[in-house]
Amino acid sequence: MAKVPVQFTLNGSEKAEFIDSGTTLLHALRDKIGDTSPKGGCHQGTCGACSVIVDGELRLSCLTLAETCNGAVIRTTAGLAEGGVLHPLQRAFLDAFATQCGFCTPGMIMAAKVLLDRTPSPSREEVVEALSGNICRCTGYEPIIQAVLSAARSNSQNVA
Amino acid sequence: MELRKSYFADQRKDGLNEIGQPRPRLDSPGHVTGKTAYFADRNFPGMLHLKMVRSPHHHARIRAIDTSEAEKHPGVVKVLTAKDVPHNVYTILILIQIGPEDETVLADGKVRWKGEAVVAVLAETERAAQEAAAKVKVDYEVLPAVFDMEEALKPGAPLVNEYHGQNHYLYDSGECRKVRFGDVEAGFAEADHILEQTYQSSPIEHAPTETTGCVVAPEGNDRFTCYTNTQAMFFTLDNASIILQMPGSKLHFVGGTVGGGFGGKVDVIVEPIAILGAKLTGRPVCFIYSREEEMQISSPRAAEKVVIKDGVMNDGRIVARKVTGYTDAGAYSRHSPYGAQKGAAHYPGPYTIPNVWIDTYCVYTNRTPSSAMRGFGVTIGDFALEVQMDKLARLIGMDPLEFRFINAYRDGDMKAHRQPTEGAALIECMQEASRAANWPVAEKFMAMSSYRKGG
Repeated sequence: MAKVPVQFTLNGSEKAEFIDSGTTLLHALRDKIGDTSPKGGCHQGTCGACSVIVDGELRLSCLTLAETCNGAVIRTTAGLAEGGVLHPLQRAFLDAFATQCGFCTPGMIMAAKVLLDRTPSPSREEVVEALSGNICRCTGYEPIIQAVLSAARSNSQNVA
Repeated sequence: MELRKSYFADQRKDGLNEIGQPRPRLDSPGHVTGKTAYFADRNFPGMLHLKMVRSPHHHARIRAIDTSEAEKHPGVVKVLTAKDVPHNVYTILILIQIGPEDETVLADGKVRWKGEAVVAVLAETERAAQEAAAKVKVDYEVLPAVFDMEEALKPGAPLVNEYHGQNHYLYDSGECRKVRFGDVEAGFAEADHILEQTYQSSPIEHAPTETTGCVVAPEGNDRFTCYTNTQAMFFTLDNASIILQMPGSKLHFVGGTVGGGFGGKVDVIVEPIAILGAKLTGRPVCFIYSREEEMQISSPRAAEKVVIKDGVMNDGRIVARKVTGYTDAGAYSRHSPYGAQKGAAHYPGPYTIPNVWIDTYCVYTNRTPSSAMRGFGVTIGDFALEVQMDKLARLIGMDPLEFRFINAYRDGDMKAHRQPTEGAALIECMQEASRAANWPVAEKFMAMSSYRKGG
């Protein structure tokens, strides 16, 4: 099968790979580049576990072709902590006991980050709406919602 | 939450210092940073992908299997059928002497449920494996199938599983697990009212976010490392050892990290065939259920049918209870004989009833094999029992909570399966529930205790 080149920035680092045409961004990240923080739960765009941020937009990497991401800036949960210091969302998820099996967590954090980047002080309804594409089958939604609200509060305190 | 230490104060000396205190979870830092290693996060050079050819029929004889076209498909490395599996007929609970072995790793001559594994295809890519699997030709002779438990138990019903010889599990107590306590017919004769009701449930899928699977790597020391999301590491290791006729010392299982299980990952399904593939090709092998397979193929909670007949007095005492429970195992045992047995011990509920009669059947049908799920064997029974309790209370015009106080088991009461009650706390739980739900009951019930010496 013909290989196509793809090049993008992942969590601040330049990445370049030759991939099979038609490879999803999820497979490119996990199998070629080795960032396994996005998870494959359904491979059909319904569970949200593969969520990543492409040029500031929340994207389902299992439905995104890697070759459409040429030149893009991609963020994943694996690159969120800076200098060994957890991002406020990661800290909030820890403190609120917002993880159980953990499989949905990286996707949840990506969805929450896009929300807080745009709406630093969201209402509870806005948090619920932002997480509505991410399934937690352990059904720990309430601690997750509380974690996002708590991260938003700590951000606003830092700004003030 | 208020912690009431007044309950059992003279019986329990512990300080309970940990309850109510937050303690960090050891696995959370890995979860929030994406560093937790699930089995599918392991990737090995040269890894093959395994895809299963599955039965499109509920019940059929296999006349012939032709894998020649699939073997020629580009990228295909190996195609496995029943004859490649050293010990093809197994059952998970044989480890605790619950037999007979009744399930095939790969179908041999017959399929008994729609979705049963027939041929395994190993290829360089997932896509090649999928395409080649579609080229396997299986010639089926479709047989009559049975999907209803009562139909399956009737004489002349299609025989689902020849290893059992009849459409129910044969316990040492006979065709069902039995509990006999007191004289249930005498109880019904003395009762003021009798209520018989039937409760039914459908299968329930766990639907974990991470699908079932494993990655197997052949090691330089002639061992196989199996990275798996099983919830039953040692069951899986021992069953893999039996199926592969390979000493356990050749198998190294790595797991414990499960992306949602809920009981759905306690069966031994993916690991033995993936290890066999790695052994016969010398290559790492990855076998992961698609979302469709997770929903259609993995064991659900069993469908159940529960018939409850109770004799109750106008003063609220239940004097007789007769329960017939049916657990739909599907085509194979897996954990269902155990689930049905658990139900037999559980059906009186947390109530003291002097006359009890229980029969629970584990029934085979041509449905997806069922197995464990959160409290299997008792959860559906509890639903049935508690709905029945509400109906009984309505029948005699009594408050449903007070009705439960009257029948609640207390320390020292003999349970129907001959275990004396110890450490009961039902009354105390109901007292708290009464307060929390603002559902007041008479003072005499609030003064009760499970602990006999406590009043």
